[in-house]
Order: sequence, then C-alpha cells, then structure tokens
Amino acid sequence: MNEITLISVISLGSLGTIAAIVLYMVAQKFKVIEDPRIDIVADKLPGANCGGCGYAGCRALAEEIVRKESLDGMNCPPGGNEVIAEIASVLGLEATEQDPTIAVVRCSGSRENAPPKVKYEGDMTCAFAHSLFAGEGGCPNGCLGYGDCVVSCDFDAMYMEEETGLPVVKDNCVSCGACVKACPRRIIEIRKRGKKDRRIFVSCINVEKGGVARKNCKVACIGCGKCVKECKFDAIVMENNIAYIDYNKCTLCRKCPPVCPTNAIHELNFPPRKPRPETKNEPAKA
Amino acid sequence: MKTFKLGGVHPPENKLSQSATIEVLPLPETVTIPLSQHLGVPANPVVKKGDSVKAGQLIAKGEAFISANIHSSVSGTVQKIDDVTDTSGYRKKAIVIKVEGDEWEEGIDLSKDLIKDITLSPKEIVSRVNEKGIVGMGGATFPSHVKLMVPQGKTAEFLIINGVECEPYLTSDHRLMLEKAEEMLVGIQIQMRALNVEKAIIGIENNKPDAIEHLRKLLTEYPGISVEPLKVKYPQGGEKQLIKALVNREVPSGRLPIEVGCVVHNVGTSFAVYEAVQKNKPLVDRVVTVTGKGLKEPSNFLVRIGTPIANLVEAAGGMPENTGKVVNGGPMMGKSLSDINVPVTKGTSGILLFLQAETSRKPVHNCIRCGRCASICPMGLEPYLLAVLSSHNRFEDCEEEKIMDCIECGSCLYICPSGRPLLDQIRIGKNETGKLIRSRHK
Repeated sequence: MNEITLISVISLGSLGTIAAIVLYMVAQKFKVIEDPRIDIVADKLPGANCGGCGYAGCRALAEEIVRKESLDGMNCPPGGNEVIAEIASVLGLEATEQDPTIAVVRCSGSRENAPPKVKYEGDMTCAFAHSLFAGEGGCPNGCLGYGDCVVSCDFDAMYMEEETGLPVVKDNCVSCGACVKACPRRIIEIRKRGKKDRRIFVSCINVEKGGVARKNCKVACIGCGKCVKECKFDAIVMENNIAYIDYNKCTLCRKCPPVCPTNAIHELNFPPRKPRPETKNEPAKA
Repeated sequence: MKTFKLGGVHPPENKLSQSATIEVLPLPETVTIPLSQHLGVPANPVVKKGDSVKAGQLIAKGEAFISANIHSSVSGTVQKIDDVTDTSGYRKKAIVIKVEGDEWEEGIDLSKDLIKDITLSPKEIVSRVNEKGIVGMGGATFPSHVKLMVPQGKTAEFLIINGVECEPYLTSDHRLMLEKAEEMLVGIQIQMRALNVEKAIIGIENNKPDAIEHLRKLLTEYPGISVEPLKVKYPQGGEKQLIKALVNREVPSGRLPIEVGCVVHNVGTSFAVYEAVQKNKPLVDRVVTVTGKGLKEPSNFLVRIGTPIANLVEAAGGMPENTGKVVNGGPMMGKSLSDINVPVTKGTSGILLFLQAETSRKPVHNCIRCGRCASICPMGLEPYLLAVLSSHNRFEDCEEEKIMDCIECGSCLYICPSGRPLLDQIRIGKNETGKLIRSRHK
C-alpha cells in the first residue's frame, strides 16, 4: 500500500471521528424531547390536513390531544368516531361519541326556481360576483353558482349540477367545513347526518320579506311561520323572516315539509310518502 | 404638454355627447333617494312615512365625521322608507318620495344671477358645504367638507381642479365647464378661501379645446386660477396622476394628497360648492351623461337625485333593441347594472349603453407573461402578480406588493391580450387585504 493512501485514510478517518463526536455532543445538548405519543396519534389520524377539527392540521391536533390528555371537544370529521375511539384506546382516554355530520347546501334557487334575469361576465368566482351584485337570479342571499365551494373541496365530495346550477354534496363528504368558509354567502351549513342519512332542513337563507323573496325565487322561505306552528318539538325557530330547523331538536317526524307553502323545507333519503288523501277544504270555485 | 409619466393607456375617446347642451330632465313620478350615496357611514333619515317634504329639505342627516347630509330633490310626500335595489345591485335603505308639484324650501336662491362676492369665512364655508351634503362629484363621492379642512400641521399650497374627464364617452364635466364656467370659477374661489391657498390649477385634457379656451378668456377676472391643458391619457383624472401631471409631485404610498400640499376637487364639486355657498342650495341635482353608440340622442341631462335611470334612457331616445349592457359610469371604471330602475345618485356621472356586439369580454386565456399590465399600470404595480396572489388567497403577500395602492382604473384589464380578469381578482384582493389590515388595528 503506498504512503499517500495510508495518509489520506488516517487523516480523513480521524477527521470523521472528531466530527461525529462533535455532532453527537451537539445533538445531545440540543435534543428536542417530544412526547412519543404525538407520533402515534398523528399516525392514526387520516393525514388529510383538512382543518375540519379546528386545528392547523393533523399533527397540530395530535399535539393538542396529547398535551391536554383528553378528547373533550376533539373530533376528526374525516376520520369519524372510529379514529377517535382508536386514539382513545391507544392513549387510555375516554372517547366521546359524536354524531356524524355532513355539509348541506341551503339554497334551491336553481335556474328554474330563480330564473336568471341578467348575465354575469366577470371573473367566474362567487367571491367577486358577490361583491358586485345580487346574482343572476336577483336573490341577494342565494347561491351564485360559480362553484367556489367545489373548488375548495379537497375530498371531491361536491360538484355543480349542470341542470340546476347548484352545488351538490356527495355522500363521501367528511364535513371538514372548507366549503362553508369558501361560500361568500354562508349558504352551506354543517349539519347532523341524521339516522340512516335522513335529514330535514330549510333550503333557503333569504332574510327578505316574503313578497320580495318570492319575486326572485319560487321556493324561497317567506317566513310565514306555518312550520313553526306545526313542529311539536320546538325545533323550528323563525328569525329575520327565515325558518331554521335545529338539528339537535328535530326528530325527523316529517310533519313540517308538507305544510310549507313554497316547498322550502327539504327532506333527504326518506322513503317516498304515501299519497295523501284529498284535502277536504279545497277552495270553492268563484 | 404635461401629463403623468408612469403607465397609462389611451382608449378610444368616443365623446359622442360633447356638443349636446345640458337639458333639464322633467321631474319623474317618484324619486328614490338612497341613504348611502357617499363614501362613509349612511345617513339617518329625519322624515317619516307620510311626511310632506319640499325640494331642498333635509331628509337624512349624516352624523358621523365621514358622512353626508341628504336632501329631498323634489317636493311631495314620503311614500316609504324601505330597502330598495340601488346601483350596487343589492337592496339598501332609501327614502321614496312621490312627486307633487315643484316647491322649494325657503331661502334657496333659484335665480340664475351670478353672485361673485364671497361673504362667508373659511369656517362658515366648510360648515355650509357639510350642511348642504356636498360630496365629490367625480364618482368617488367622498364628503367634500372633509377635504376642505386642512389637518393640523399641514398646509395646502395648491388647489387642483379636476376637469380632466379621462373616462371615454363621459362629457358631463365638459359641458359643465362650458355652460357653468363662471359659477364654477366662483366655486373654486370659495374653495381657495376655505383652504387658504393662493393658487388653483384647473387640469383639462386637450381633447376639450373649447373648454380650455372658454375658461382662459374668463380667467382675467379670477386671479390665482390657471388652466393647464394636458395630454390625453387615461387615468389622468386619478387624484395622484393629476397631481403628478400638474405639479410634478408624487403622493407617497398610502398617503393623501395633502402630504404634498395639494387638494383635488372635481369641477362638478366646485359648481356644487358655488350653489351651496352662494345660493344656499343643497346637492339635489347633477349633470349626467347618457350616451352609447346605439342611442338616438346621446345627451347631457341635469337630473334630480333619485330619478330612475330608466327615465334618462327614455329621454335620450329609448333603449336600443340590441343593447348588451347598461353601465353606471364610464366604460373603464363604471359598473354594469342588473336593473335600470335604480336611481341616479350623487356619484352618477354617466349612463353608458353598450351594444351587444361591443360588450362581451374577450375569452380568457393563460397569462403569456408579456408584462403589458405592469408597463401600463399608472401606480407602478404588477397587476398579473397581484391577481395571482389574490386568487390564491395570499393576502399578506398582496399587502407587501402594495395592492392597496391600486386605484382600480382598469387599465390592466383593458390592455391584457389574454383577456384575464385582472382587475376583478385585484378588487377581491383589495377587499380582503383591507379587512386584514383593519383587523390588525383592532
């Protein structure tokens, strides 16, 4: 072996050893001690980073769970109760069951129900259209139909229906709430999924007086209050000319949708109703 | 010839109505007077349903510092105070008055005599302007009395009068300068007294040679006022551009013109100030240009505030069948209307009817990085960048790129060969960035 090889091996070897010792010491000195459970919890979470839990991402939620050592008020909309239960068993905590939720579009101002009166040509985003005018149909609270919510959805759980021009929430919605924030008119609400995916809600958020609302849209809530009277569970409140069904009180009894004169109350995933007997007090012909 | 240096475009001028003299529009059946026709806090109504009012009577009081009084533009009965669709496309509070006769409030001088002697002190002038609800007539409708008060520690050197009217099509200021020149000049003198300045410069683009000549002839009797012809370039009527063009000073970013010793008022405002101070007449009417290539008679009307825009269109020969868009304002900064029964407000300078063939936007293509928007931006911004940042919700970066300096002149949108909705996106960005900045100060 010649001399040069020997010298270089020895010098580089010792240099490497010294560097390794220094690095080891530095690493020991500045070691960040992290709870190993954070990694475990973060692994259990879906990793979608949707922000539906209210924290910046899945890891932020994991850190918070471990720090608080409790699952109170923590939920993971995409993971659901299973993920939370799993985390609970890993950490030895108690999990609180939470009702599964889903996004609900509270507007039925389709092209047919709220016919467009003008044509919009600007930037095709709801945010800008909202800053400009009431919308092609004229309702200042209704869906503009340019799909900011669909763009915001990371789970491919929404699409714009060609025919109606309204967004539709698919069943795989994890209720992360991105669309709720994206909609400049706050039409979308996160509601309880309900038993067997059955839901009843007022599909309108228009706060104008009945006559004005009706002029723009056939299926607007006109604030008549019939549903409030019909409801035996005090689940419906009337405020600002608009009825709202509290999903925590609603028992899905299906009494309110038929009394709504404008069909503003929607029921989803119910079996078809039995045909109703003819009403007795039909208006007499004049 | 003077002009501003940075950026600018030259859209076709199309001043179709420039030789149409100002006609007084007949009174409508009802007027709808919105409570928010000015920048700032909406006024509070001081009349009730069923009250009978006279023209010129105070019907809503602007109580905040930046707000303006609103007066009835007609005599009649208050029909209702309710939400009514206005030019914004949304329903906002307004006072609806049924017109009965034309009776004016006492003390208002309706004669045409020119009153040259200014008797009021600067303080009295400011309070009179405030009382009579005068706002900037150029379109921004900023309450004028605020602009006539020089903040402590600052001095105004120049009063700059904006007779540029750089928006294509519009001619209301042009006609005013020709027909009400002396009144306007007295108005300028009143403003000079309020601000305690010696010099006033009227900037006029040289596509209005008759106005320049007419004013120059009259100037001998009005010392301190001069007329400066300007090279035609859009957006010269922007406050900051006009200051740069006339006195070659630059207003620092985010500051007001008073920082460089200037106060800018529109010619229409000067006329309104004259009427308020010398004639005791509140701001109840204004000159509105109604124009468009399809219109039979493009005209300039003297219109009472609150008149439905549909009436104006009717008086100008009716709506052509192939109308594509009705724009409130000029083609560059105006906003198309979704309803033409909305009322004329203090800021309505023109109604523009576009034919169907002229209206549609260009199809949107990808940005080709030509940089034209950046080269024509009169504020030296980079519109393509601001638009992208805004559409990705990066509002902090928008702030850093000085999105708040954008004057929304629309030059970038006009020049973009790819038809990108640059201004639209920047406007959202400005809105959101403004919210962000305000939330920080809370």
